Amino acid sequence: MKIVLIQLLLIVVVIVIAARLLRGRGARPQAVRRLGLLLFAAFAVWSILFPSVWNRIAKLVGVGRGTDMVLYALVVAFLSFTLTTYVRFRDFEARYTKLARRQALTEAARPHDVPDTREPPKEPYAGS
Amino acid sequence: MMGSGVDDTWVVIPVYNEEKVIGDVVADVRTAFAQVVCVDDGSTDRSADLAASAGARVVRHPVNLGQGAALQTGFEYALADPSMEFVVTFDADGQHQIADAVGMVEQLRAGGADVVFGSRFLDERSNPTFAKKMVLRAAVGYTNLTTSTKLTDAHNGLRAIRRPVVERLEITQNGMAHASELVAQVGALKVRYAEHPVHILYTDYSKAKGQSLWNSINILADLILR
Repeated sequence: MKIVLIQLLLIVVVIVIAARLLRGRGARPQAVRRLGLLLFAAFAVWSILFPSVWNRIAKLVGVGRGTDMVLYALVVAFLSFTLTTYVRFRDFEARYTKLARRQALTEAARPHDVPDTREPPKEPYAGS
Repeated sequence: MMGSGVDDTWVVIPVYNEEKVIGDVVADVRTAFAQVVCVDDGSTDRSADLAASAGARVVRHPVNLGQGAALQTGFEYALADPSMEFVVTFDADGQHQIADAVGMVEQLRAGGADVVFGSRFLDERSNPTFAKKMVLRAAVGYTNLTTSTKLTDAHNGLRAIRRPVVERLEITQNGMAHASELVAQVGALKVRYAEHPVHILYTDYSKAKGQSLWNSINILADLILR
């Protein structure tokens, strides 16, 4: 089976995206993602102004046409988005679970109610 | 049957819409264990009130989170009691036998194990359907492969756990995958575990409510993607 460069590239990109996104937490991965987004936006604008660049990229990696190249890039972008969303969704669920649990436990009577032995304030609160 | 006379055991029962049976289940549990906490996972029926009437403490989730989340909430509730030494996890649908739970706590008291997992495959009392048996065996195989434990029943809701282990458990899988996650955490903690034969009563009620086979696919997906 003859492997074309584009296949190799796509596989590598998918693996890198998956690994990065499943582990990325903290300032650096976030900054990297944002930089990536910026570069992507810049390239997108460039390619809209000069669409022949897609044809050149396509020829470089062994794809037939520029439009096919755009399609592959879109698929990768979509997968990346799906993964990011899934991770973020899981994160949300963990957070709201903790919130709901705290609420539930606070409301419920404690297992062995401890009498409140705090001393009442000696003087009325002077709020001057 | 109250053990050493000190109330050192809490039975945690996750509940979701079980008003038909929860009153009886709680009453039955309370013949052997005084301290029962039902975690009402956002039921839309009268489960919470009926559980309370039968003598259980009730913790209500404001929204439905899942059985795993309910179990973790129950753990944290029990941990707030400083005299708690043992936690029993028990199903709300009447499938479990109280005698088995008692036996499992006794096994903890005798020492030799920090966690006791119920297993329906250690004797011939339970009668799952063929399909259910196959799915459970697959779950066991997967769990034994991916965790450092060797069990015969990886998806049994009846467990007895010693306090130091409960303190270190943190169930993050809200849904059905929590059972495997719990096993994995026990394996990772390297505490002593044992199995105890239990009888699962497959009544018409529990069979209708029981975990559908499709859930098994979801469980596997959750585990792999965790």
